[in-house]
Amino acid sequence: MTAPQVTLATAHEHGLTTDEFAQIETILGRTPTFEELGVFSVMWSEHCSYKSSRVHLKTLPTTGPRVLQGPGENAGALDVGDGVAVVFKIESHNHPSFVEPFQGAATGVGGILRDIFTMGARPIANLNSLHFGRPEHARTPFLVRGVVAGIGHYGNCIGVPTVGGEVHFDPGYDHNILVNAFTLGVVASDRIFRAAADGPGNSVLYVGSKTGRDGIHGASLLASAEFDAESETKRPTVQVGDPFTEKLLLEACLELMSPAYSEHLVGIQDMGAAGLTSSSTEMASRSGTGIDLDLSRVPLRERVVTPYEMLLSESQERMLLVVHRGSEEIVQELFRKWDLDAEVIGTVTDSQRLRATFEGRLVVDIPIDPLTDGAPALNRPAAEAAEQETPRLVLADLPEPVDYGEALLQLLASPNLCSREWVYRQYDAYVGGGTIVRPGSDAAVVRLPGTEKAIAISVDSMARFCAIDPYVGMVSAVAESARNLAASGAEPIGVTNCLNFGNPEKPEVMWQFQQAVQGLHDACVAFGTPVVSGNVSFYNETEGSSIPPSPVIGMVGLLEDASQHVTQWFKGDGDAIVLLGRNHEELGGSEYVATAHHQVRGTLPWIDLDVERRLIDVLRAGAREGLLRSAHDVSAGGLAIALAECCITSESSARHGARIDLEDGLRPDALLFGESHGRAVVSARRRHLTRLRELADRAEVPIAVIGEVRGQRLEIGELVALGVDEMHTRWSEAFAGLLGEE
Amino acid sequence: MRWGVVTFPGSNDDAQTAFVLEGLLGEKVARLWHKDTTLGALDAVVLPGGFSYGDYLRCGAMARFSPIMSAVEGFAADGGLVIGVCNGFQILCEAGLLPGALVRNRDLRFLCQRTHVRVEDTDTAFTNRCRRGEVLDIPIKHGEGCYVADAATLDALETGRQIVLRYCDAEGRVTAGSNPNGSLGSIAGVRNARGNVFGMMPHPEYAAEWLVGGEDGRKIFLSMVASGGVSSDAVVSATRSKVVSGP
Repeated sequence: MTAPQVTLATAHEHGLTTDEFAQIETILGRTPTFEELGVFSVMWSEHCSYKSSRVHLKTLPTTGPRVLQGPGENAGALDVGDGVAVVFKIESHNHPSFVEPFQGAATGVGGILRDIFTMGARPIANLNSLHFGRPEHARTPFLVRGVVAGIGHYGNCIGVPTVGGEVHFDPGYDHNILVNAFTLGVVASDRIFRAAADGPGNSVLYVGSKTGRDGIHGASLLASAEFDAESETKRPTVQVGDPFTEKLLLEACLELMSPAYSEHLVGIQDMGAAGLTSSSTEMASRSGTGIDLDLSRVPLRERVVTPYEMLLSESQERMLLVVHRGSEEIVQELFRKWDLDAEVIGTVTDSQRLRATFEGRLVVDIPIDPLTDGAPALNRPAAEAAEQETPRLVLADLPEPVDYGEALLQLLASPNLCSREWVYRQYDAYVGGGTIVRPGSDAAVVRLPGTEKAIAISVDSMARFCAIDPYVGMVSAVAESARNLAASGAEPIGVTNCLNFGNPEKPEVMWQFQQAVQGLHDACVAFGTPVVSGNVSFYNETEGSSIPPSPVIGMVGLLEDASQHVTQWFKGDGDAIVLLGRNHEELGGSEYVATAHHQVRGTLPWIDLDVERRLIDVLRAGAREGLLRSAHDVSAGGLAIALAECCITSESSARHGARIDLEDGLRPDALLFGESHGRAVVSARRRHLTRLRELADRAEVPIAVIGEVRGQRLEIGELVALGVDEMHTRWSEAFAGLLGEE
Repeated sequence: MRWGVVTFPGSNDDAQTAFVLEGLLGEKVARLWHKDTTLGALDAVVLPGGFSYGDYLRCGAMARFSPIMSAVEGFAADGGLVIGVCNGFQILCEAGLLPGALVRNRDLRFLCQRTHVRVEDTDTAFTNRCRRGEVLDIPIKHGEGCYVADAATLDALETGRQIVLRYCDAEGRVTAGSNPNGSLGSIAGVRNARGNVFGMMPHPEYAAEWLVGGEDGRKIFLSMVASGGVSSDAVVSATRSKVVSGP
């Protein structure tokens, strides 16, 4: 079988520009082979090369005393003391999940898990950020069911708990949903493995599933071009997940990286997007070496797979290892124990080239550098869209609700605020035995095995805010994450990000992107939380219409003493309810205005990162000193929703009511539903109020006792008087209703 | 007591089970590999939860043919104590060591939640440290936990007092609403007629510490320890005198 002749037209079909094709010919000094064209096309794709984002991402803060590994590896790593490190990252799987929601989401989870255990870390927590279109859109229920089932299928089967996340609905995602998956793992801080191909003469081993023809150009091309009406026909490019094989791969790899075997291992990298091609070139690039591959030895799932397909296949559950010469047999024996393929398919060289042969014929011979560090990097033009001017929100034109109780109930049952239990009941949150706070509180909390410590994790985005102002929206999302962690008792220590945007070739999209990166930079500097890993997802557009700018962050926090964790729900009658922070008359961009008045507009709430930092200090000190019976940050839906959530989100049936009196002279709807930053609702025993006030005063955080936990009703002044059961029912039953279920 | 915890390919709760037994309860634990053909000297065997062989075929249908299962069957035939949790329960049913079968949940979705189960019988090697009628707070996490059996089998289970745990509400009432997965008779756990093999869908190993999930699950393991790993006839007579029954 001969490969097709390569021409400029073939290059265009591969998504390469005329310019890029000319560059390739210059680099090689000849016309590339069909296989080489395939290699260039995936390595220079937006997904693999970050060509539109690289110059901007370089500006992010990535260093700090805890940072053991920043961006550039499979995931970032932070030192959390006691000789333990946490390894974490968030990654998108948007396009595959829209085309085939179950497998798309499942393989998204599989991919991020491999990024974590590639580094030697055992995954102990999965989270995710999901953005769907309007619930009324005909396709939304299908997508929600498929994505949630897919995430559950993979995570449950492989035995990693899914402990938290977020679900948003917005018409902006009708034709392009977002599925971002986060994983955190733990590893001894001196046993982190890297994706290196050191030592010419060492052997390159292929382990895991056999290679099939699935997913060719899947992540790399599907994620590097806009959607159109033909996208459905791309379903065959979506990979199919096999969590059982990945479970075997996980255990086998971790055994290989244990002290008993690790002397044999030089480097390891998962075969993700662009499979064998990207894993081999990236490993060689990091070590300044080259790799010779013999494609005839790649384990195959079917009889006829061309070398082109072998190089580009995105079959899941595969890893590339570099082992010391002479260690091959021992390593192969270990993988055989787990019933997995392990084949020597190549050698590390000092050629600084990727060379691949198939049946004795040289099909690829490319210098490594132009495929990786030397890949095109663009500084694309950016400009704010002319019509981006946010329509003002005139409060005087906004009628107040007739019945505040009913307004609160409607918000509690609204798509973006109602209970997510329908979703997370399908995820195993227990497996592994370390989950301290399961989904349903501000942040997930998981124990660090073998220590007294725990890690808190929150995944957040503020798509509604970002649609109005991507800079402020990004800063707000980081602040919200930090508040969520602090309300759980944790100190924020690091960030990973997934930047979901439209087509970067459009200046207005690049402008949004740059604004968000600037916001991420400023907020992370203010909180002292380095960005250690991340992912960019461009081309989230369908037929020319882009998603709202949707940067998502995953923030990780540390609790020195796991027993000091705090949850958001009220604990007992008689406790005082305290508001930390100040209420402002700010309704712009709020969930209330969007839900009750169907407008996404207005000036966003003012955010002062110094205020946020001081609030965080008070929350953390309160948790450390055991003063907080509950703590909950005030965010979407405002103060009234925060209070209602304190009443109804307890996992046990022991729910509590509250009597609240607010004295601010604000418009009542702004007071109840405005989303001013820098606030948290906590409850404490009365005898601890003096100390709590001292902490707040010292940090110059406004503090006010606004009520008491009592009974089975939530009463807010004369405005709201609702039974806890009624609120709980409306809130908990709404999600199934959105999907047209009972 | 000497425990064996089996690891099948796809077992997910093996390490946690070993941690609870060894780390929290101070028991001796041997980790058993599915390719092993002997158990060694043991007093009890645990088949843990997870997705053996991915559960790509019927749950437990592949694992029951693992080499180790012959040894487990021999151990059970000799009166050894065997407990299967979740996927382990499914394997025991597939192996014919327990009656009935576990099929997809009533609403066809995976379910992870706290559940309450009522202890129906305390004269067993698995619940002798509980009070009769006691409500245990133990989580479930499964897609196929709906217990089914034909009418004659169910009758035999009732009359033989083989139904050990039933799903209930926090007050111990067995109602339609307290049955999470549609199990016939709200059955959450059954034993064999001889009383030495027991399967349950809820996960006692995830309810063994206050920090994570509470401690009610310990009672299952501690009951087995109290029974000393001897076969049920001896256990029943040994414990009946000690246990005060009734709430």
